[in-house]
Amino acid sequence: MQLTLEFGGGLELLCQSVKIHNVDVVLQAGETKLTMRVLLSWIRTNVIKERPEMFMKGDSVRPGVLVLVNDCDWELSGQLDTTLEEKDVVVFISTLHGG
Amino acid sequence: MDDTEAKTNKAGGRQCSICNQRRAALKRPKTLQQICKECFYAVFEEEIHQVIVDNHLFKPGERIAIGASGGKDSTVLAYVLSELNRRHNYGLNLFLLSVDEGITGYRDDSLETVKRNEVQYGLPLKVVSYKDLYGWTMDEIVKMIGLKNNCTFCGVFRRQALDRGAALLKTDKLATGHNADDIAETILLNILRGDIARLSRCTSITTGEDGPIPRCKPFKYTYEKEIVIYPCSIYSPNAYRGFAREFIKDLERIRPRAILDIIKSGENFRISTSTKMPEQGTCERCGYISSQKWCKACVLLEGLNRGLPKLGIGRTRGLNNGQNKDMDQTNGMKNIHSKECGTLDF
Repeated sequence: MQLTLEFGGGLELLCQSVKIHNVDVVLQAGETKLTMRVLLSWIRTNVIKERPEMFMKGDSVRPGVLVLVNDCDWELSGQLDTTLEEKDVVVFISTLHGG
Repeated sequence: MDDTEAKTNKAGGRQCSICNQRRAALKRPKTLQQICKECFYAVFEEEIHQVIVDNHLFKPGERIAIGASGGKDSTVLAYVLSELNRRHNYGLNLFLLSVDEGITGYRDDSLETVKRNEVQYGLPLKVVSYKDLYGWTMDEIVKMIGLKNNCTFCGVFRRQALDRGAALLKTDKLATGHNADDIAETILLNILRGDIARLSRCTSITTGEDGPIPRCKPFKYTYEKEIVIYPCSIYSPNAYRGFAREFIKDLERIRPRAILDIIKSGENFRISTSTKMPEQGTCERCGYISSQKWCKACVLLEGLNRGLPKLGIGRTRGLNNGQNKDMDQTNGMKNIHSKECGTLDF
């Protein structure tokens, strides 16, 4: 599944300072849909190169990391249960930095 | 947050609870309302207007310096204040005020952002440097003292630098971008440190009204989440904040109201009248507000200039109460002070 991932607010530093990643996530055998829960663990393995604890806490993002799926707050779409579709854009912005 | 009308399937087509027309795009932490972006911009700006009006933050004709770091909070503050000033005829003269600490590479991006804001919002910009104000850049200080306690210097110097810059601009007030999360964090830290004097001060929306340049915080009740979403652009990173901040984000996830609840609790702290509070006087050397004989910046500068950079580091009584005790305390306080960049000193 083709997705665009965008990291900001300092999170890009965890993935070699690249903000925008066009990725192709292959569903595992037996999986029929891609949820944010699955995507996060995929990102942790495949995109994040250092200090994963700055990005995740447990099986979700760290509190203070804002997630937008197609420009929509993921709190409206079910957070970890949000189902992703082809060409979706997922944005992660850390608010845990100075202002 | 634009160009998404085509892909709004995820929210299940939920309608904005304000306009009942457009699709909701975010959940407000303050109210749990699900609203669309258009209504969000409107309520975000009008709430800040309401805070400004209800708390009498500004008077017509005043000159206001906006502390501009180039970060998200001050950038949004500069934009919102100039917008509200126009829309509601506040009659304010707004200025951007930035501090250049003299750290190679550190401020380059943020000073660029501030210069862009100067053009975008049409606000005059003043940059004051540590070198001009104190005769030392942070790079020179670090060369002298190493990386260990430099946050103490930077924090103390920055606070005064804003006041001095505001005085140079002859402004009546200084507005800073501290948001509700910042204030909740500061309240928690001041409780944990048992710093009663700061605890009572840090909840006030305007401080230093008896001094030359009062400071105010128009974003006192504005959630960080909304400030980040507001421009929905992505900012350069900065110093990572400490555990209290993370704790606040944990709380917010469980109970979004928690941030405002902490502010409310902080505001309602009543300190027994028999408690002896440090008195606010002025520094004998430079005239800046100080509860001690010399202000913290002068103590630190004295140390730098005399080649004793450890002077004034730690929870000091500085030159004023004997240095030996001071040195002993230094080690114990190291952990807290090494976090100073991330914490806020109101």
